[in-house]
Amino acid sequence: MSRYFKAKIISNLPLNSKNNLFTIKPLEPVIDPEPGQFYMIEPVNSYDPLLKRPFSFFRRTPEGIQFLYTIKGRGTSLMSKLEKGQVISLIGPLGNGYPKPEDGYIPLLVAGGIGIASLSPLAEALTKKTYVFYGARSKDELLILDELKELTDKLFICTDDGSMGEKGMVVDILNDFLTFHFSLLTSYVIYACGPQPMLEALSKIALEKKIKGYVSVEENMACGVGACQGCVVKVGSQKKKHSKLRTPNFELVFKRVCKEGPVFPIEEIVW
Amino acid sequence: MDLSVNIGHLKLKNPVMTASGTFGYGEEYSEFIDLNMLGAVVVKGISLKPMEGNPPPRICETPCGMLNAIGLQNVGLKKFLKEKLPYLRRFDIKVIVNILGNNTNEYIRLSKSLDDTGVDGIELNVSCPNVKKGGIMFGTDKKALARLISKVRQSVQRAVLITKLSPNVSSIQEFSKVAEDSGSDAVSLINTIQGMAIDIETRKPKLANITGGLSGPAIKPIAIRMVWEASKAVKIPIIGMGGIMNAEDAIEFMLAGATAVAVGTANFTNPRATIEIIEGIEAYIRKKGMNSPQEITKGLGAT
Ligand SMILES: Cc1cc2nc3c(=O)[nH]c(=O)nc-3n(C[C@H](O)[C@H](O)[C@H](O)COP(=O)(O)OP(=O)(O)OC[C@H]3O[C@@H](n4cnc5c(N)ncnc54)[C@H](O)[C@@H]3O)c2cc1C
Ligand SMILES: Cc1cc2nc3c(=O)[nH]c(=O)nc-3n(C[C@H](O)[C@H](O)[C@H](O)COP(=O)(O)O)c2cc1C
Ligand code: FES
Repeated sequence: MSRYFKAKIISNLPLNSKNNLFTIKPLEPVIDPEPGQFYMIEPVNSYDPLLKRPFSFFRRTPEGIQFLYTIKGRGTSLMSKLEKGQVISLIGPLGNGYPKPEDGYIPLLVAGGIGIASLSPLAEALTKKTYVFYGARSKDELLILDELKELTDKLFICTDDGSMGEKGMVVDILNDFLTFHFSLLTSYVIYACGPQPMLEALSKIALEKKIKGYVSVEENMACGVGACQGCVVKVGSQKKKHSKLRTPNFELVFKRVCKEGPVFPIEEIVW
Repeated sequence: MDLSVNIGHLKLKNPVMTASGTFGYGEEYSEFIDLNMLGAVVVKGISLKPMEGNPPPRICETPCGMLNAIGLQNVGLKKFLKEKLPYLRRFDIKVIVNILGNNTNEYIRLSKSLDDTGVDGIELNVSCPNVKKGGIMFGTDKKALARLISKVRQSVQRAVLITKLSPNVSSIQEFSKVAEDSGSDAVSLINTIQGMAIDIETRKPKLANITGGLSGPAIKPIAIRMVWEASKAVKIPIIGMGGIMNAEDAIEFMLAGATAVAVGTANFTNPRATIEIIEGIEAYIRKKGMNSPQEITKGLGAT
């Protein structure tokens, strides 16, 4: 079984004007992905764009592996034109994935926008009570709501423009929830994936309230397998304030998102 | 078929090696290919002390290529010898270590330690565009380069000594000649070409380091031209690289005068690229009724 494999496109279904559900069928035996892991996918077989792009594992179906992606730049817009039956090459599953919550902890899953793609398989894998906080710009950018309702005990929805759920940012909704349930703070564990400003705001709150948790972060990638050192993020340096929370002797100042990540303990990342 | 080639006194199984910095220390790709099949593994640039590298973002894609400003993040000599080299020694494979120093003394200490531990080759990186001190300081100044190579030459007894040249110079012939005259067993070229990209929305450079080194198919014609020019200037073997994505590209480099080739950015898009290139070179030799890779190297129909 190799993590570099070819796969046939089963479908590339637009869910709205910006997001597609992408289903592929590997043409050889592959390794089972864990929630939070990702794949490097070639948007087209060409030199321009040259590099593969990272996408979170979204779901395993009897047919194959699914991804949810947002059409963002050149690569993803070319990807949206891929058709059923075409063969592409992928590398994966890669990265560490989300650690399982320890006993007694209640998982709070916080997704901003397409971040839901990475957290949805976690919601599916968790057998315990979970809460999901999911925010997007507007109603039509909220994806897979029906599935999420089935997977979670409580789903908090919000949109920037108020077109569905509460009006506001997902981190604010989470903050309100935490303020209201302050007596339980130490029993929560946060799992978050979304745009960088959202993760940064969320980390602040988590550190203030001393809640444990994990964030899945993004950085440009070339190899995806830990060879090029291109995808690093800055982790715990001496200067940072919340030094008590960190284990001593942080040797590395930079860690690779593709290898040591993409999931990091909240207190590790230096924003 | 015997695909072996000689780089100085070092005999490689075949002419295909990995380009420094694109293959980690070999471990990362060992699950995708059989390392034993490679001509040589050239590892990420090593310095005396570990280096933390540049802040992110360190890479960005450009048309048919990518810019990188890794800033030579590496584990340092000690950890390399203790943890990384033993791993590579488990394979039947030639190990070439790319080294970078801040000054001549550091290059000497690095090459001496490495030579003593019996690595097969030492590649002097005098062409990294992404660190402020050392490296390119030597690579773009003929006198400094000559002094550096002659000094290092004295401390290297067993390993083959390769100088990796910078393309960021006006005359590659002159620098290749300096390398040859100062005692280099071979030259490798090209390292990345200095470049820059700007995000017009944020109006900021796309790399935190502002500039970076361009690699990938975008630089191939420049690299081919430089290999060809260098091959006319020197007799020592040339290791050609810069945008090799497949066997056809590798053969083009050999026709331009390269004895061996190194595969860099292609590993990122296809972790099996090196193996496919070796197979492709063999097929080409057969198809053309040749007997060895050397026949390709001698075969350019131009004067
Ligand atoms: C671990 C991980 C998991 C991800 N999972 C998903 C997912 O499930 N669904 C989804 O829609 N998106 C996901 N992304 C983001 C996705 O990789 C980018 O949106 C995509 O690479 C953009 O490519 P493009 O060619 O359209 O954009 P362009 O801006 O044209 O891309 C140019 C270059 O920048 C890189 N790049 C641009 N934005 C990002 C980014 N945010 N992260 C990393 N590289 C970027 C591209 O890969 C490419 O090399 C993930 C990113 C990471 C790091
Ligand atoms: C991410 C990255 C890191 C690199 N690191 C080094 C290095 O440490 N030392 C060095 O001599 N060259 C380094 N290089 C240059 C390559 O070895 C090679 O010369 C160059 O990329 C051209 O080949 P390519 O187009 O096949 O990648 C690096 C290149 C890349 C893309
Ligand atoms: S993308 Fe190359 S090390 Fe992470």
